[in-house]
Amino acid sequence: MSEGRYREGIATHRLDAAEYAENLNDLHPPFDRHEAQVEADRCYFCYDAPCMNACPTQIDIPMFIRQISTDNPLGSAKTIFEQNIFGGMCARVCPTETLCEQVCVREVAEGKPVRIGLLQRYATDTAMKAGAQFFERAPSTGRKVAVVGAGPAGLACAHRLAMHGHEVVVFEARPKPGGLNEYGIAAYKSVDNFAQAEVDYITAIGGIEIRYEQEIGHHFTIGALVLKYDAVFLGMGLGGVNALGGADAQASGSVDAIEWIGELRQAADPGAVPVGRRVVVVGGGMTAIDAAVQARALGADEVTICYRGPRERMKASVYEQEVARSRGVVIRFEMQPSRILTEGGSVSGMEFTRHGETVTIACDQVMKAIGQTLVAPDLGTAADKLVLEGGRIVIDAEGRTSMAKVWAGGDCVNAGEDLTVAAVAQGRDAAESISRALAQ
Amino acid sequence: MADIRNDFVGIKSPNPFWLASAPPTDKAYNVVRAFKAGWGGVVWKTLGEEGPPVVNVNGPRYGAIWGADRRLLGLNNIELITDRELQTNLREIKQVKADWPDRAMVVSIMVPCEEQAWKAILPVVEETGCDGIELNFGCPHGMSERGMGSAVGQVPEYIEMVARWCKANTRMPVIVKLTPNITDIRYPARAALTGGADAVSLINTVSSITGVNLDNFSPEPSIDGKGSHGGYCGPAVKPIALNMVAEIARDPQTRGMPISGIGGVTTWRDAAEFMALGAGNVQVCTAAMTYGFRIVEDMIEGLSNWMDAKGHASLSDIIGRATPNVTDWQYLNLNYVAKARIDQDKCISCGRCHIACEDTSHQAITQTVNGKRMFEVMEDECVGCNLCVNVCPVEGCIEMVPLAPGTLDQRTGKTVSDSYANWTQHPNNPMAKAAAE
Ligand SMILES: Cc1cc2nc3c(=O)[nH]c(=O)nc-3n(C[C@H](O)[C@H](O)[C@H](O)COP(=O)(O)OP(=O)(O)OC[C@H]3O[C@@H](n4cnc5c(N)ncnc54)[C@H](O)[C@@H]3O)c2cc1C
Ligand SMILES: Cc1cc2nc3c(=O)[nH]c(=O)nc-3n(C[C@H](O)[C@H](O)[C@H](O)COP(=O)(O)O)c2cc1C
Ligand code: SF4
Repeated sequence: MSEGRYREGIATHRLDAAEYAENLNDLHPPFDRHEAQVEADRCYFCYDAPCMNACPTQIDIPMFIRQISTDNPLGSAKTIFEQNIFGGMCARVCPTETLCEQVCVREVAEGKPVRIGLLQRYATDTAMKAGAQFFERAPSTGRKVAVVGAGPAGLACAHRLAMHGHEVVVFEARPKPGGLNEYGIAAYKSVDNFAQAEVDYITAIGGIEIRYEQEIGHHFTIGALVLKYDAVFLGMGLGGVNALGGADAQASGSVDAIEWIGELRQAADPGAVPVGRRVVVVGGGMTAIDAAVQARALGADEVTICYRGPRERMKASVYEQEVARSRGVVIRFEMQPSRILTEGGSVSGMEFTRHGETVTIACDQVMKAIGQTLVAPDLGTAADKLVLEGGRIVIDAEGRTSMAKVWAGGDCVNAGEDLTVAAVAQGRDAAESISRALAQ
Repeated sequence: MADIRNDFVGIKSPNPFWLASAPPTDKAYNVVRAFKAGWGGVVWKTLGEEGPPVVNVNGPRYGAIWGADRRLLGLNNIELITDRELQTNLREIKQVKADWPDRAMVVSIMVPCEEQAWKAILPVVEETGCDGIELNFGCPHGMSERGMGSAVGQVPEYIEMVARWCKANTRMPVIVKLTPNITDIRYPARAALTGGADAVSLINTVSSITGVNLDNFSPEPSIDGKGSHGGYCGPAVKPIALNMVAEIARDPQTRGMPISGIGGVTTWRDAAEFMALGAGNVQVCTAAMTYGFRIVEDMIEGLSNWMDAKGHASLSDIIGRATPNVTDWQYLNLNYVAKARIDQDKCISCGRCHIACEDTSHQAITQTVNGKRMFEVMEDECVGCNLCVNVCPVEGCIEMVPLAPGTLDQRTGKTVSDSYANWTQHPNNPMAKAAAE
């Protein structure tokens, strides 16, 4: 054991390399061929299957599972990718316990759903490893579409547009593509640099140019894109982070959870990412869970998630809460944050109120995971013409915004569900709508 | 405790579970292990003529088909009869029988179709002190190309002739083992009886190819890129074997002739089914080759527990109990009307019954009721075919419920009759009309 484990304060290299590797490994190891076939055999090939209707991208789940059971993994992958070109990432990150697997008839009947997510991973991994591509570009239409953001929404849209023969230019603020797949998803859900491999796989269709470090609102405006392109898709996610309000402090040790996760995701050596010995995570969603579990993975001794609401309102699913608990995270409810305590400029604890009483938790790091916001300046000068609701862009059923020629999807829209799979569905559907509009 | 001691043509064994003539019974080593495990008897691996033994292939002799989790469902083999010296086998048979006097020791034999060949081997087999012989007229590969095995079993006249030779040249009970690779199993069975055989045993293996290698297009099992049809056995052949046993048991010409039931027996339940259809005992090969000899413990215990639960005191209480219920199609009661009923508390809403009935049967199961996903049988469309029951993944969820006499069959608009009426009396039957004229 590395000696740094119990070092006070914020420190790097608490564990040795083997421990990091183990802690950040696949949460669910992938199926091998035999395991996949045995699991696939559990599927009843339901008619009008509930799982399929629970999938935001409507993958034909019974069919792709049957294709696995008949030892036709490429056919299976095609079935998946036809509906969801991010089928590989979704297989890893979808909270299947609240989507397809929740309504699996075997979950309802015996509490043991078919492991749809793992089967999807088996099929998509097999196809990607084989370098099998299933889609070709239609003959060029000569139409140009601008996509803002190379996250799941933007790239799903770009891929479908490319299939229909349009030229796509993607403007991405960051130096790398993938959006939160690259900077946000927990390390143990996307090992081996999968996010980048997936982007390469998706853009291999051709006709998609990604321009990096091109930030809308900074380098150009929506108005300018509208003038230059036949259509624009906004998929810039949520760039801003909610503030803790009066509770916030600029002390060292107070970090934004997503930023901290992003740092970990980009670190060549996870040991180099500083983490406290005692960490308090404020929030109740997937980000809070991911931050807490990864803090433990990096060697934090005590990690407490403090959620301000009651247990039943917590956004993270019961299953995710279980994962966190099994990794040694403590979850406390009804903890309304009041202030971060500091000593000599560093975090020393956090104060909460719970039903009028003050609760103090000593800690040396506070991670804020209390939601993201759309950064208004990101919209550029067109901000006034785009109708927002609750701080997100309003779209109709097809993904059209209030601005002519502008579509949007993913986390930045009011219909967003803060799920990768929902972003993919919206990007894909907007592309179909754009194609229909351009054909007229 | 039920008495499961077995008496088959005078051969006594502590239970009705024998190992069939096959690799598990090819050597003293295996047979002794089997007896230690509790098997009631064995039919020793088929012996051939004195002289240089047959040779087997030196590559794969088995092929198989599996369920999803590699559960072995069917096994195929291209093995020949014993490839060990006749004298070695005889010496071992004698020793094992002496050491295990309470177990059945039957010796399987296959020699050329000449009386002299049988006259030569019968005394030396008899000399071992074994309890009986089984004539292997079943092996469908290799030996049949040399005019033995199923080449004999497919010609009733040969069966009768060889059975007669054997009865004339030995005091031992003669069991004729039949091949299923014929069109009507009753003919070879009748021939065995006419020839004086004491019993038949069936089935031997079914000619088969288990698969094709799609990389090099060789049949499986593959010997240097080529394959030959083998003999199929294991759970997959049980339904074929059950029918053949029943056909012999209910044939007026062979009724009462003892039958040793073989083919896919894997559990006590399989054994009970064979015996209910008329088998006096059962023989097992593939199940032992898949799981080892220990399975006999559960076969013994399971059979006696079931007999205790049902109040059957001895095997004679169950043997042949189902035989009278096997009949010809034309005698089935056409006035019996059943309808499927789905237990909504057990239904998990997979929709398989709906799509099966909708696509391939009688469009008698709903998909939605009042706009809700719900599967219900429409009695006015249901013909009672049982398909939905068979495709439903939940045991006991869909039941076939007979309509009581006097109630209305909504499909036909007719009242269910309490009388019995079959095809022979049906107005649509041209033969029935002819009879009436
Ligand atoms: C920590 C964390 C964990 C998560 N875990 C899961 C999970 O396990 N499962 C799950 O389903 N969902 C998870 N989510 C949610 C999921 O990641 C998002 O719903 C999804 O990534 C949204 O996709 P998007 O394309 O709309 O936005 P993003 O993924 O945010 O992509 C937006 C892209 O636009 C770029 N961009 C932003 N502003 C601009 C600009 N002004 N100009 C140009 N480019 C810009 C960004 O750099 C980014 O590349 C998680 C989210 C977080 C924060
Ligand atoms: C590898 C193998 C070899 C066999 N050899 C013989 C044999 O020599 N003589 C014989 O009468 N039957 C032979 N059989 C057939 C079995 O005795 C038995 O009739 C058949 O396998 C069906 O029973 P099961 O389904 O329990 O296996 C053989 C079967 C197998 C699998
Ligand atoms: S018994 Fe046959 S006809 Fe009746 S509901 Fe079932 S499948 Fe349909």
